[in-house]
Amino acid sequence: MFGLEKREQDSSSDVPEKKRGLVRSLREGLRRTRESLLGGLTSLIPGGRPIDSATLDTVEECLLVADVGMEATEAIIGRLRERHRQQRIDDGDALYAALREEMVALLAPVARPLVVPADRRAPFVLLMVGVNGAGKTTTIGKLARQFRAQGLSVVLAAGDTFRAAAVEQLRIWGERLDVPVIAQATGADAASVIYDALAAATARGADVLIADTAGRLHTRENLMEELKKIRRVLGKLDPEAPHETMIVLDATTGQNGLAQAEQFRKAVGVSGIALTKMDGTAKGGIVFAIARRLGIPLRYVGVGEQSDDLRVFDAGEFVDALLDRGAGR
Amino acid sequence: MFDSLSQRLNRVVKNLRGQGRITEENMQDTLREVRMALLEADVALPVVREFIEHIRQRAAGEEVFATLTPGQALIRIVRDELTRIMGEANSALDLRTTPPAVVLMAGLQGSGKTTTAAKLARRLKEQDRKSVLLVSADVYRPAAIEQLAVLGREIGVDVFPSHAGEKPTDIAGAALQHARTQFKDVLIVDTAGRLHVDAQMMEEIRALHAAVNPVETLFVVDSMMGQDAVNTARAFNEALPVTGVIVAKTDGDARGGVALSVRQVIGKPIKFLGVGEKTGALEPFFPDRVASRILGMGDVLGLIEDVEKSVDRDKAMEFADKLRKGKGFDLNDLREQMQQMRKMGGVAALVAKLPGMTELPRQAMEQTGDVQMKKMTAIIDSMTPQERRFPDLVKASRKRRIALGSGTEIQDVNRLLRQFDQMQKMMKKMGKKGGIAGLMRNMKRNPPPGMPF
Repeated sequence: MFGLEKREQDSSSDVPEKKRGLVRSLREGLRRTRESLLGGLTSLIPGGRPIDSATLDTVEECLLVADVGMEATEAIIGRLRERHRQQRIDDGDALYAALREEMVALLAPVARPLVVPADRRAPFVLLMVGVNGAGKTTTIGKLARQFRAQGLSVVLAAGDTFRAAAVEQLRIWGERLDVPVIAQATGADAASVIYDALAAATARGADVLIADTAGRLHTRENLMEELKKIRRVLGKLDPEAPHETMIVLDATTGQNGLAQAEQFRKAVGVSGIALTKMDGTAKGGIVFAIARRLGIPLRYVGVGEQSDDLRVFDAGEFVDALLDRGAGR
Repeated sequence: MFDSLSQRLNRVVKNLRGQGRITEENMQDTLREVRMALLEADVALPVVREFIEHIRQRAAGEEVFATLTPGQALIRIVRDELTRIMGEANSALDLRTTPPAVVLMAGLQGSGKTTTAAKLARRLKEQDRKSVLLVSADVYRPAAIEQLAVLGREIGVDVFPSHAGEKPTDIAGAALQHARTQFKDVLIVDTAGRLHVDAQMMEEIRALHAAVNPVETLFVVDSMMGQDAVNTARAFNEALPVTGVIVAKTDGDARGGVALSVRQVIGKPIKFLGVGEKTGALEPFFPDRVASRILGMGDVLGLIEDVEKSVDRDKAMEFADKLRKGKGFDLNDLREQMQQMRKMGGVAALVAKLPGMTELPRQAMEQTGDVQMKKMTAIIDSMTPQERRFPDLVKASRKRRIALGSGTEIQDVNRLLRQFDQMQKMMKKMGKKGGIAGLMRNMKRNPPPGMPF
């Protein structure tokens, strides 16, 4: 199955060159503090020594510290214990290999890059959602630059009409990238802004419309209703819009990330995840919990402040970066 | 915040309450449950370990086994330990210095610094009667300066103008000079979000700190952060003499592990919690109350403060008077009560602070409370003054009109009238049977059906 995913990915626009880069940046980010996920384990499990139950407990704690969460951790450790019992893991190296395999197996099914189909008649609508401060607007800036680099014309919709100066922030991005931004004043109805933007993007024959929305906590029912309205209103112009509803998830988020993904998906049918802020010391382990429970496709990983630091997600590379064992296998 | 941790711990606690004896064995189970609950709540692993160890030690000592109600004793220990790791007492801002007292905000990107800076400014201005100056030294994020300017206008606090082309230290220095000449009491310096591993940016904030010499350096952290929160806090604390922590975005369903971990790891107190998007949504942090709330014991003190802050005293007296006389409770009064309730953040916010209420599922609470209250208010709003005073007037055709006007169904109107009728009966009883105490006794025996709260 993993091999199959891999092939699919290679046939898409993604180039191997880029993936190499992802590992490097991720690893650099992680190495900066010399605290890779299992960094501590290297000293605990020297290559050839036999492993016991206590070693697995240590692995368990490492996963928990990486925010993988109880459920996903128990699933991974459970499988490792099973394999250990069957005598198939007898030393540290085998444990690493098995752990990597289990972790990749969890993420591989969700490593599905976003593809903007070439044969579309209307603009491809990308609706960005997420909690406050996850990095929506910044991610939009990065995405817009990447789409532009691919030769696609982009229009931005300033749908965050709540936060002070959010419209201004997107406008500045628009100027930097030379991309039109459709906006109204702060306090305007977000759905109407985005509706206008789609109309404008269609009129201009733009390829992609990226709609910003105000950050909202997923527990605020009225604000989630507002998102539903945006979806409904978009549907009036193009029954298939939005073609992608992407949740922006801060990698430093703990177990709450699962609730975020769950609630946003319930409200507006999230179809993809962009994991941001992977350039700190956070491990972003919550994606394992989300992959296991919800199976939402993981599209991008943000590994830095530059616009090309938004990388296409790849399960193997991601896990390698976490385990800090490199791609040289 | 804390809801899910609270629910899990409550389950553990409930199991214990029933147990007359605590054995080594069920103690072990309990501690494992507590450990799981804390880890799932994003409490940092080292803190969890220490927490469990403390409880184990204290429980193993005479403290638990010797008492008649070991379950209760253990709960008390857990409560004590929760309070202890969060820092015992509330720690307020310490602005004692020759004015202007400088407050420096620091934190990761998107943690909520700018919003928190505005909330703090508003609090200092309105509650402490300070004259405040805000300044943004965030020259990186597009429109960050504009954001603070807009918030400043909104809350009526001066914002020192700055521009993206300037150096943060220059901005802060000029703002400090301005604050001095304008005799401001407090200068709040908002800074750009930065990663703790970004050496250059950390150097910049150190320089900023040196330039303005703040009395309070506040680390703003997102309550939804996971295990990495303590790494970040530690790094900021090492780079800067952090004096306190503000935990932002606690109004969601974050597990709140940050609040439990950060004090223990860096030894600096949490001073405030951000509890909403509005500029008024900032609460001082009381470890003991929060500990009680986590264990489902309620935060009655906090509730009283909320009520005092938002209830109109005169109106309340008037209402109490009406009740005492045992007459004239009409739909206008009901509407008034519901509005007061909404002002305090709605039923959900109030109920969260009541003992034993954490076990109610959030959804159920929202449905019974705030949504229904809104509906009821709409129905009353669609009535004529006459109808509000004499609800008996409302018959079939009026009901139809009211339902239409309020966008509800006739059944909803009926339900409201029925509820009102019951309330009125209760009020009358209360007049007779020794006031509130009698009413409470009565309610315990047979709770009024269909009360929205």
